[in-house]
Amino acid sequence: MNLSNTELWFLIGALSVIAYLLKAVGFVVVGGRTMPASLGRCLALIPASLLAALVVKDTFTVAQDLVIDARAAGLVVALIAVWRRAPFIVVVVAAMAATALVRAFA
Amino acid sequence: MTPPNSETGADDTVGENPVAENPVGENPVTDGAARQRVVNASVTLGAAVGVTALSFGLAAVSAGASVWQACALSFFTFTGASQFSAMSVVGTGGSVGAAFGGAALLAVRNFVYGLALAGRVSSNSEGRQLSLPRRLLAAQFVIDETTAMTTAQSDPRLARTAFWMTALSLFITWNVGTLIGALAGSVLDTQSLGFDAAFPAAFLAMLPAHLRTSRGRLAALTGAVVCLALTPFVPVGVAILVAVVGVLFGVRP
Repeated sequence: MNLSNTELWFLIGALSVIAYLLKAVGFVVVGGRTMPASLGRCLALIPASLLAALVVKDTFTVAQDLVIDARAAGLVVALIAVWRRAPFIVVVVAAMAATALVRAFA
Repeated sequence: MTPPNSETGADDTVGENPVAENPVGENPVTDGAARQRVVNASVTLGAAVGVTALSFGLAAVSAGASVWQACALSFFTFTGASQFSAMSVVGTGGSVGAAFGGAALLAVRNFVYGLALAGRVSSNSEGRQLSLPRRLLAAQFVIDETTAMTTAQSDPRLARTAFWMTALSLFITWNVGTLIGALAGSVLDTQSLGFDAAFPAAFLAMLPAHLRTSRGRLAALTGAVVCLALTPFVPVGVAILVAVVGVLFGVRP
């Protein structure tokens, strides 16, 4: 982590404010109205794009370098667990265990 | 934090004096059973979410947050994917701006949920709008799980029960789970135990719900490819922001 303690607290504060505003604007202010269908479809796709990007970032990158290391083994195990519809915690623990095992023996 | 449970009070009265208090002919037994099912589902979901919170607490501390910082995120930000995203970007050396941008984009879906929930939650059983403070409190709980549980109920009273019970259940378990996970993370050797692998696994586990349509799969594929392609050329975390171009698959009907 490159952030100071103060910077991290600032991030937490800013994130809490924006997250609350996003929740409250739709719920309290705009309420019940609909938005253009194409905009709605695009907003609904944000998690798909970002979560997939986060998966590959956290598996195959170190800073600005592309790498394949022990985390790839974790991802393979996680993929199998998700495919087998394992519960969230099983997916996470299995990936951590696979990564730790590869680190210990490789 | 206690949800306005005037409805439960009304039910008790129904039991004591069915003729006077139950003019519309609702069956209080069935009504109570349906409510109990909603409450049970909320508690079960809360337990599952608490386990997710454990892994968030662990992951946040392994990424460099203090126990209190992990807890503050869960209490005030209270939207899981954004919390994971922010700590993932920060943990791998990203800037405040990059971490904020990705997490804020992930939180945009809560705006959409707010639109959907406003008509279902912002008035009471008599159809009167809740007071502004109460609506502002409710807004903090406008997230994936409360939206799913509330919109699954066609009966408006059960929908309100689902919202408040899920909110209460999740808010407790999410925060307690984060605290326990963060405390555990602060005493364990997070690197050798592979805790950094918790992040991609967590994001992967959140993904399937968004891959049910071909549009969702295209958006995910685009996000992943764009992120990898840009990583060598842009600051850490910025590739995540650009990966959001995958949403453009939603423009055409």
